[in-house]
Amino acid sequence: MISISVQEKDFDVGEEYRQLQSDDTSVGASIGGVAIFTGQVRDLVDNPLKFMRLEHYPGMTEKSLQQTAKQAAERWSTIDIRIIHRIGDLAPGEQIVFVGVSSAHRDAAFAACEFIMDILKTSAPFWKKEQHVDGSSGWVDAKDVDQQRAERWQDSE
Amino acid sequence: MKILFFGSLREQLGTGELNTTLPNGVDTIGQLLQNLQSQGDEWKLALGTGNVLFAVNQDMVDVNTTISDSDEVALFPPVTGG
Repeated sequence: MISISVQEKDFDVGEEYRQLQSDDTSVGASIGGVAIFTGQVRDLVDNPLKFMRLEHYPGMTEKSLQQTAKQAAERWSTIDIRIIHRIGDLAPGEQIVFVGVSSAHRDAAFAACEFIMDILKTSAPFWKKEQHVDGSSGWVDAKDVDQQRAERWQDSE
Repeated sequence: MKILFFGSLREQLGTGELNTTLPNGVDTIGQLLQNLQSQGDEWKLALGTGNVLFAVNQDMVDVNTTISDSDEVALFPPVTGG
């Protein structure tokens, strides 16, 4: 099963993990492991951050995340996939994103989790704007390395 | 048609949404991009960077994609989520 949520409110990793742990009888396979990635707002040493504002494209965001999760489920033997992405104003240290994948064996869970994060980074319509403590602000630029990480899934497993 | 702008593009253009009819002679995203740039200097500046992504009906597409008057088109800078 795939579960997608784009939300302002925080999430509880423990609660999400428990959801992923419980066997989904409809799949006909038992869970042997869960891989989880969480991302949080990184503070900037040179120019401390007051908060990060996350904007998105309502409708397309959910559609994009759903497609990415579906691609992962088709490529690896996953059981459940949960993606949560927060929007709005987030202070340094606050959680932004959760990706959790359960599967019978660890290789599928690790790979699918990494794939989802890499594809999300370059295709889910979110934009970050940094608001600094000194009053300045600026949009975050996309990074070439993120593009490269996403592209490497095109030619190899 | 509805044209949406997000992120720094929305800020630069001072608008997040245009409700308009598909201009004559515009059949593709690339042509729409050209057409929008002819609206003024700030449009040319914001959209002429070569660093703009496009979505039609909430799917990412390339510049050669054909569009119609009933489409929801979105223009935005490279995404930075996660």
